[in-house]
Amino acid sequence: MKNFHALGLGTLTALGLAAMSILPAAAEWKPTKPVEFIVPAGTGGGADQMARTLQGIIAKHELMPTQLIVINKSGGAGGEGFLDVKNSKANPHKIVITLSNLFTTPLATGIPFNWKDMTPVAMLALDEFVLWVNAQDPYKTAQEYEAAIKAAPDGTFKMGGTGSKQEDQIITVAIEKALGKKMTYIPYKGGGEVAVQLVGGHVNSTVNNPIEAVSQWRGDKVRPLCVFDGKQLPYTDKILGDLSWSSIPTCKSAGLDVEYVMLRGIFMPPGVSEEQVAYFVDLFKKVRETPEWQQLMKDGAFNQTFMAGPEFKDWLTKAEATHKGLMQEAGFIAAAN
Amino acid sequence: MFDNFVNLWHGFAVAGDPFNILLMVVGILLGVIIGVLPGLGGANGVAILLPLTFSMSPTSAIILLSCIYWGALFGGAITSVLFNIPGEPWSVATTFDGHPMARQGKAGEALTAAFTSSFVGAFVAILMITLVAPLVAAFALRFGPAEKFAVYFLAFCSFVGMSKEPPAKTIVSMMIGFALAAVGLDMVTGQLRLTFGSEELLNGFDFLIAVIGLFGIGEILLTMEEGLEFRGKSAKIDAKVVLRTWASLPRYWATSIRSCIIGCWMGITPAGATPASFMAYGIAKRVSKNGKNFGNGEIEGVVAPETAAHAAGTSALLPMLALGVPGSPTAAVLLGGLLIWGLQPGPMLFVEQKDFVWGLIASMYLGNVVGLIVVLTTVPLFAAILRIPFSIIAPVILVICAIGAYTVNNNVFDVVMMLVFGVLGYVLKKTNYPLAPLVLAIVLGDSAEEAFRQSLLASGGSIGIFWSNPLVSTIMGLGLVAALYPMISNLLSRLRSPQPA
Repeated sequence: MKNFHALGLGTLTALGLAAMSILPAAAEWKPTKPVEFIVPAGTGGGADQMARTLQGIIAKHELMPTQLIVINKSGGAGGEGFLDVKNSKANPHKIVITLSNLFTTPLATGIPFNWKDMTPVAMLALDEFVLWVNAQDPYKTAQEYEAAIKAAPDGTFKMGGTGSKQEDQIITVAIEKALGKKMTYIPYKGGGEVAVQLVGGHVNSTVNNPIEAVSQWRGDKVRPLCVFDGKQLPYTDKILGDLSWSSIPTCKSAGLDVEYVMLRGIFMPPGVSEEQVAYFVDLFKKVRETPEWQQLMKDGAFNQTFMAGPEFKDWLTKAEATHKGLMQEAGFIAAAN
Repeated sequence: MFDNFVNLWHGFAVAGDPFNILLMVVGILLGVIIGVLPGLGGANGVAILLPLTFSMSPTSAIILLSCIYWGALFGGAITSVLFNIPGEPWSVATTFDGHPMARQGKAGEALTAAFTSSFVGAFVAILMITLVAPLVAAFALRFGPAEKFAVYFLAFCSFVGMSKEPPAKTIVSMMIGFALAAVGLDMVTGQLRLTFGSEELLNGFDFLIAVIGLFGIGEILLTMEEGLEFRGKSAKIDAKVVLRTWASLPRYWATSIRSCIIGCWMGITPAGATPASFMAYGIAKRVSKNGKNFGNGEIEGVVAPETAAHAAGTSALLPMLALGVPGSPTAAVLLGGLLIWGLQPGPMLFVEQKDFVWGLIASMYLGNVVGLIVVLTTVPLFAAILRIPFSIIAPVILVICAIGAYTVNNNVFDVVMMLVFGVLGYVLKKTNYPLAPLVLAIVLGDSAEEAFRQSLLASGGSIGIFWSNPLVSTIMGLGLVAALYPMISNLLSRLRSPQPA
């Protein structure tokens, strides 16, 4: 956190300092007008749901003196939203929630932004990915499903996912590599739609986030095979019969060596002061203690890792390198890069 | 089935609470205002007010929000009829006959017909939800990409032969629409198309910007050319207009029933309200004996699209509740709201949250009745707006259009685009190219292309997937018939005409 302005933002630091000298209470900065909360994705998706839940929690518990206004800027796979934040230099009344498109959009489309163009605030949680099949299909375990894919010709099995050249397709490519077989990847607009296409039997499997498919699981329409994380999920509440999130094995233990989690983090425009960043870190720490947030974490089986400051920046640097590697291997990098 | 009625009765007890009735009236009024301001559509309105509802019980909250949604649906018709500016995609078809009626001084009739038809459509859809909810959810599951494309195909086809202008001009106009719809991110490959490196074009062309420009600004330009004479001046304020119109409406029962069926079907599939309204209009024009007069202020041309749009808009809530897939942007925001209240839409919602679901369904019945009463009382008021001289009202419309265009994405570039579309609309109108196919293509082009390419991905490139099962084959077959209908009927009449001699 102390080294925020070591990024070569000299002029901006000066601007920030100037702003601080104007505000006498700079040490305890507070928003003085409504804060725009940019969602670089459409309405109804995972990021949008989380943003609107945050908006609700902050309003209900009066955690902020002014309003938080959610604005969707989904154009260009979220590029529109990120560019808006990048171009709002030193504006402390704007925050943005991220999903994996923070890394994938600039790589896949060549839209000019990078996470370093913005000020990292905090990691709120990590979203998990689970391999799902239709409950009427015979595959009870990931091993059985893997065997079926391996036994069939290339492209026989259809994987449904959200968007193109984003997290779902990256995982699909990783699965293909692990199994040595091609699947047919079909992109859809939103995670909820993907889950329903699986229930309707139009695709064979999906890698939906837990929250996108949990209701279909409870209705015994889909079956989770394995989770793409290093360890099993901690949530033990019963969902279907005796099964809970914690009963899903990791994909690695099922012979599918693929791990992927998605960042749900908060960023601010470049050139904001440390006090302003600290205010929002503190705000989200308070949010994490509310029962509503705890419920959301439980419903969506999120990984509740919280990070801010240098630790978060290290994580981002590593995650960016991982994505670059994965997308390079998959051939997803735009010509402009 | 019997269970449903017991549950519904219980739901009425919940929704009929005086506080909830008050929320309905407030919601409808807010919704009408939101619907009248173009750009501030139902989705935005619901999104803005969502946080306000967190202090209420989930049932009260969803009643308030869904009433705002219905209010906005009702309100969208007002600007379509009065100023030829559709506030929502599904009001476009309402302008075709609604606005000519207003110009002839029959704005009151047009508004009454629109509101009443909306009510009928929504009511039939709710009845359907009450009776066959579980069956409908299962039917919706059969719609994969190929089936969805077939539905869009049908919507486009039923439009080609419909226009007064020659089919070639309709197709040209539609193709311009497709080209505009292709701008922005290509969903299937994740690449940018036709943006020419411009950051403003990342999002593509928003439907609302195009419509506000093409219709609203284009209309003002045309009126200016014709000498600043506002053509609706003869509108009279007459409270009895509602009753007089009601007396004439039962004549169009066949159109109403047909539109209800189209609407319910399109709402569930879920193609949505926009193709439903266009299809209902197109088919009514073909089938009705007044068909030739459609486009010149025929009341049946208002009844057909409004009924279908509302039947679709309402029945779209069913897949949302039963499957968790929103049928419209507004439904998507409502869905987010449900999650915040800890209600997980999906197959178990009807089992685990009976109170909530049936409270909502009961509130649909009550909300629509309340809505109809509220909006009908405003008809004489809105019709009177047309008595204001054009030189005063035109700048006001321009400002409202500009604000509307800006609110869609909070972007000044969109206001400029709106003006460009306005000039385009004027040019197209002067050269007799129909605007509606262009708009239809902008709205549905993206989704249709997406469904088409998803289908081909799934089939490995074989076009046979569009004939691979009875459901999709039937819809595609209907589409082809609709597209070739003018030729077929031409042929038939030529075969018949020599015979009497």
